[in-house]
Amino acid sequence: MASPVIDIEQLRFRYSGSASDCLHIERMQVAAGERIFLHGPSGSGKSTLLGLLGGVLTPSCGTISLLGHELTQMRATARDRLRADCVGFIFQQFNLIPYLSLLDNVLLPCRFSALRRGQACISGHHLEAEAGRLLDHLDIAPELHKRAASRLSVGQQQRVAAARALIGRPGIVIADEPTSALDADRQFAFLELLQKECSASETTLLFVSHDHRLAADFDRTIELATLNLAPTNGGAS
Amino acid sequence: MRYLFSMAWHSAWNRRFTLGLTLLSIALSVTLLLGVERIRHDARQAFAQSVSGTDLVIGARTSPVQLMLYSVFHIGEATNNIHWQAYQEIAANPTVAWSIPISLGDSHRGFPVLGTHAGYFEHFHYGNRQSLTFETGKPFDGVFDTVIGSEVAASLGYHPGDHIVLTHGAGGLTGQDHNDKPFVVTGILAPTGTPVDRTVHVSLEAIEAIHLDWQGGARMPGFEIPAEYVRKFDLTPKSVTAILIGLKSRAGVFRMQRLVNDYADEPLLAVLPGVALDQLWQVVGAAEHAFLAVSAMVVVVGLCGLVAVILASLNERRRELAIIRSVGARPADIFVLLTAEGVFITLSGILLGIALLYGISAAMAPLIQGHFGIAITPRPVSLDELWLIAAIIGVSLLASLVPGYGAYRMSLADGLTPRI
Ligand SMILES: Nc1ncnc2c1ncn2[C@@H]1O[C@H](COP(=O)(O)OP(=O)(O)O)[C@@H](O)[C@H]1O
Ligand SMILES: [Mg+2]
Repeated sequence: MASPVIDIEQLRFRYSGSASDCLHIERMQVAAGERIFLHGPSGSGKSTLLGLLGGVLTPSCGTISLLGHELTQMRATARDRLRADCVGFIFQQFNLIPYLSLLDNVLLPCRFSALRRGQACISGHHLEAEAGRLLDHLDIAPELHKRAASRLSVGQQQRVAAARALIGRPGIVIADEPTSALDADRQFAFLELLQKECSASETTLLFVSHDHRLAADFDRTIELATLNLAPTNGGAS
Repeated sequence: MRYLFSMAWHSAWNRRFTLGLTLLSIALSVTLLLGVERIRHDARQAFAQSVSGTDLVIGARTSPVQLMLYSVFHIGEATNNIHWQAYQEIAANPTVAWSIPISLGDSHRGFPVLGTHAGYFEHFHYGNRQSLTFETGKPFDGVFDTVIGSEVAASLGYHPGDHIVLTHGAGGLTGQDHNDKPFVVTGILAPTGTPVDRTVHVSLEAIEAIHLDWQGGARMPGFEIPAEYVRKFDLTPKSVTAILIGLKSRAGVFRMQRLVNDYADEPLLAVLPGVALDQLWQVVGAAEHAFLAVSAMVVVVGLCGLVAVILASLNERRRELAIIRSVGARPADIFVLLTAEGVFITLSGILLGIALLYGISAAMAPLIQGHFGIAITPRPVSLDELWLIAAIIGVSLLASLVPGYGAYRMSLADGLTPRI
C-alpha cells in the first residue's frame, strides 16, 4: 500500500474542562484514493475527529499525519496552511458565506491556498472557469453562478459546498453529515455526485454519517464506536 | 490579506442597513466634535478680536477683567468713573496718538448706550485692524443724533430717521425713560461680529444733556429742561467711564501704563487689551472645554455603538467564521476580517462626518454672516483639527480591535463546528 493519506496512532483527545477522554484511537489509516464511510452515532466524537484532522484541535497525545505531514509536529499556522492546501470540508448545513456569490464561495479555498489556486488552473482553465465547470458537474445552473448564496435551496447549497471542497484537487475531502439536511432521495443523488467527482479527481473521501443506509457504495466502513476506546459518551449504544 | 479586506467590505455591505445607521451616528458625532472645535476656535478668534489697534484701556481702578468686561463688552457696571480733567490730561500726553472716551450707563431696550466722540468711528478698530464702516447713514452730529450697531437695527427694525428713546440704567424699571429727549437714528454700522453690533452710540454731550434734569439716578421733581434748551447749558462731560488710547509708538506702552497706574489725583488702571482678553478668556473658556469634552464623549458613544453592533452580530456569524476557517483561514485572518469591518465603518464615518461639516458650514454661512456678522470662509482642515481627527482615528482603530479580538477568541473555541 502507498503511504497512507491519513495515519492516526495512539491518539487521545480530551476537551479542556472535560473529565474523560473524548477520543482514544489506537490506529486508523486511510489509503490514497480510498472512499471511507465513517459511521458513529451522534455524540460519538465524529466532529471532534474531523477537527483533529483539520488541525484546529490538537491531540492530548499520539500522532496524526496527513499526506505524510505530521500534524502534531507543526505550528498552528502551518496546520492552517496544510488544511487550506490539502483538505476540502463539507458540513451538515449553512456551508456558504451568504454575502458572496456562488462562484466566490466555490473559489474561497483558492484565496487561502496558492497550491489549490495553481491546481485549479492546471488544465489551462481560468479559476472562474474551473469553478463554473465544477458547479456544472454538480448540476448548478449557470445562471445561478453569479447569484448570492443565500437564495439557494438546501440541496443546491450542499452541491455548491461540494464544488468548493473539490476545487484545486485538495487530496482529501472530508464531509461531516453533508446529507442529513436533505430528504431521502436527494441524499442518494448528492452522494452519487460526490462519489463521481471524487473518483474523477482521484480524491480521498472521508464521509461521516450516523446513517447506515448510505454506506453501501463506499470502499470501506469504519465504525467509530468500535475504533474509539474512550468511555463512550452521548448516544453510543 | 487583500482578499480579507474585500470580504470585510462585502460582509459590511451585506449588513448595510444596521451598519449604515452606526456609520451615520459616528459621522454625526464627528461632525459635532469638529464643529464644536471650529466654533470654539472662531469664538476665541472673534473674542480676541473684539478690539484691535488699541494700546491701552483705561478705567477707574478695578480688576483688569472687570475693566474689559464693561469697557469692551459692556457687561456689568463700572464702580467709579474717570474725571474729565484726568481724561484731558491723558489725552494731551505727547505719546498719545488718539483717545476715545467712553461713557456708559444708559440703555435702549436692553442694548447698551455708549457715549463717545466722533473720533470713535475713526480710531476704533476690531478684528484684524478693521475700522468701523457705515451700512447706511453717517456719524452723529447733533446732540440728539445716534448711530446704532447692526444687530440693534436688525432686531428692532430701525432705519435712519427713526426716533428712539433711551432708558436710564440697564432698563427694567418703569418711569426711567428719557422720553422727553428722543434721539434720531443718523447711521447704522455694518456688522462686525463684536459688541459694537449691540451698541447704541451717542455723543458725550448727549449723555450730559439727558441727565441735566436728573440727579442721583432719578428725575428731579418739578425741574424739567426741554430738549430745545439743552444747548444753552454747558454740555462738557464731568466724567467718563473708560478711555481707549492709541500711542504714537507701541514701544511706549509700558511707560504710559505705569504713568496711568501711578496717576496721583485718582486711582486709575491701564491694561493692555490683548493680555486682559487672554485673562478674560480663561474665565469664559472653561465652558468651551466642557463643550469639547461632551462632544468627545459623543464620539466615544458612537464608537461603543459600533463595537456593540459588530459584537452582537458575531454570534449569528459563528457558522460563517467556521467555514472561513475550514477553507484555511488562520485565527489571525478572522481577527483581521472583523477588525477591517470596524475600520471600514469608522473611517467612512469620519470621512462622512468631515464632509457633513463642510456641507453644513457652507449651507449655514449666509445665515451666520447675516445673524452674527462672522464670515465663515470654507477653510481647509487646520493643524489642530488634524490632530483631533488623528485622535478620533486612533481611538476608532482601538475600538475596532475589540470585535476583531472577540471573533479571534470565538473562532479558536469553535474550531470547525460551532455548537449553536
Ligand atoms: N467544544 C467542546 N467542548 C467540550 N466538549 C465538547 C465540545 N465539542 C464536543 N464536545 C463533546 O464531545 C463529544 C463528541 O462530540 P462530537 O464530536 O460533536 O460528536 P458527533 O459529531 O459524533 O455528534 C460530545 O459528548 C460532546 O458533548
Ligand atoms: Mg457532529
